[in-house]
Amino acid sequence: MGINDVILKTVAKAVVLIILTFGIYLFLSGHNSPGGGFVGGLVLASAFVLMFLSYDTETVKDAIPIDFKKLSAFGVLLAVLSGLGPLLFGQNFLAQSFDYFNLPIFGKTEIATVLIFEAGIALTVVGVVVNIILSISEDE
Amino acid sequence: MNNIILIPMILPILAGVLLIFLRTYGRLQAWTSIAVMAVVAAAAVYLLNAIQTDGILRIDFGGWTPPFGISFVADSFAVLLVLTSSVVTVICLLHALVSTDKELVTMYFYPTVLFLIAGINGSFLSGDIFNLFVCFEVMLLSSYILLTLGGSKRQLREAIKYVSINIVSSWFFLIAIAYLYGAVGTLNFAHLSVRVAENGQEPLLTTISIVFLIVFSLKAGLLLYFWLPGSYSSPPVVTSALFGALLTKVGIYAMFRMFTLVFYHEPETTHNIIAVMAVLTLIGGSIGAIAHNDIRQIAAYNVVIAVGFILTGLAIATPDAIEGAIFYLLHDMVVKALLFLLIGTIILLTGTAQIGKMSGIIQNYPILGWSFFIAMLSLAGIPPLSGFVGKVLLSQGAIDSGSYLLLAIALGSSLFVLYSMLKIFKNCFWGETIVSKDDQVPLRRGFLVPCLLLVALTIGIGLGAEGLSAYVSDAADTLLNPQVYIDAVLTEDFQ
Repeated sequence: MGINDVILKTVAKAVVLIILTFGIYLFLSGHNSPGGGFVGGLVLASAFVLMFLSYDTETVKDAIPIDFKKLSAFGVLLAVLSGLGPLLFGQNFLAQSFDYFNLPIFGKTEIATVLIFEAGIALTVVGVVVNIILSISEDE
Repeated sequence: MNNIILIPMILPILAGVLLIFLRTYGRLQAWTSIAVMAVVAAAAVYLLNAIQTDGILRIDFGGWTPPFGISFVADSFAVLLVLTSSVVTVICLLHALVSTDKELVTMYFYPTVLFLIAGINGSFLSGDIFNLFVCFEVMLLSSYILLTLGGSKRQLREAIKYVSINIVSSWFFLIAIAYLYGAVGTLNFAHLSVRVAENGQEPLLTTISIVFLIVFSLKAGLLLYFWLPGSYSSPPVVTSALFGALLTKVGIYAMFRMFTLVFYHEPETTHNIIAVMAVLTLIGGSIGAIAHNDIRQIAAYNVVIAVGFILTGLAIATPDAIEGAIFYLLHDMVVKALLFLLIGTIILLTGTAQIGKMSGIIQNYPILGWSFFIAMLSLAGIPPLSGFVGKVLLSQGAIDSGSYLLLAIALGSSLFVLYSMLKIFKNCFWGETIVSKDDQVPLRRGFLVPCLLLVALTIGIGLGAEGLSAYVSDAADTLLNPQVYIDAVLTEDFQ
């Protein structure tokens, strides 16, 4: 991988930041408006893919030492466990609850347990998408 | 709270995910999977008994009641299948302990098997058709992985066919669901049943039901079985045993559910089509089973014959016939796992799958030979083995309803099953042994124990049919009286 494209690399640095922010925004705007874990995860994954494209895989792997296979497994685990949590309180599987909290800066914010579930989905999507891209790129 | 209904699906998923982190620990993975499936089987036994006392159980995810939310519904039919598939999986995994090579284990073999079972159990338990679709996909995706794991040329060739045919049929499935939703505006099984009964099953709905029939036929191998023999005979022994024992059964289950609970108003059309397809399947399967000389192919064609046989029960649809079909379904899961494990073991020992290249195996491995003999008798339906009860009940149903042609062909197929098995037995087990006692590959106990457990199970189902019949007749009763299912799922307002 001997690509040395200054423009691509410079733009990528800025764009990755924007994509990540947008991904997190989509993820948080979650369950009441368009967005959520799946879409957010896809956008986050596209940031990773852009990094893999503009820099070579080795550099990015050194910078982000995550095993994406395990990341997706962890995501599924998180989602399933968030579904099982309500069982401890005598609720049905996947039951959700929410409450309002006064956070600094954000003010009155609604935080729901579905956020944990969505986080699991987002991690799974990121893991799976990056995994697929990496598997294809290795296949030469 | 009926959260225990979740165990058959959630526990394998949870365990499968955890095992991904333990990739290199082969032994630990195997024993964890076995333990998890044993717990699932125990939960199924508990559920089965709970259903007998409390009626059909259900769990609404997140507390959203049907028809708005999604739910798992556990009736006797579903739980009997969950129980049998879990027990069969435990035994297949015991075989995997010795027969699966290290390379396969580190490539996520056990997690994938657990995801496969999660999909299968989820399909049995899901209370709405879209969830059924999702669980089907979970099962199919895992089966794609299992089919290609190992990566031999033959496997990859068959996988291309298998994956493409299943993607097409899943697409059909999705379209059929969309049609159905467009026509009646609901996806919950019980609600569908109510709405279809209210509207009357118009030609449009019957057409939609036939689209479903085609989809499930592709999955179950009813008439549309052209993909089956190749793909079930190519993967490693444990995988093909799981496929042969469980995969087609999910399609059969879906057909039973749809055509007894929802589309039961026009039997002249739908059930007659099923009857014709079943007959053609029986004939085609029989021809395939006697035509081939590769023992894996013969076993795969026996799967096809069994599918045809079970579906004749649905086509006849009298209480006896349905009961017989359920009995035969349970029997077939056990005995097909046994057959595939035995055949896989023979191939591992002799290094060939061609009938002509083996001889006199019974002198080298007597226990293996006699296990095969029992499997053969059980497949043919000789009392007191498990195949007998199903065949008798189904025949009784056929006679009561006057379906003599169906009966003749269904029973005729048993002869072909027996013939194809005898061909293997005569050529491979009898005769002069080619390998001397000193040269023979040692048969490890790990190969034999799972086979013997399955032999015990097929004898047990046969002898214990009396005890089992209470559950089976309850299952048949629920299938034949949709109102029982509807009452258990929907509140008064939606009926």
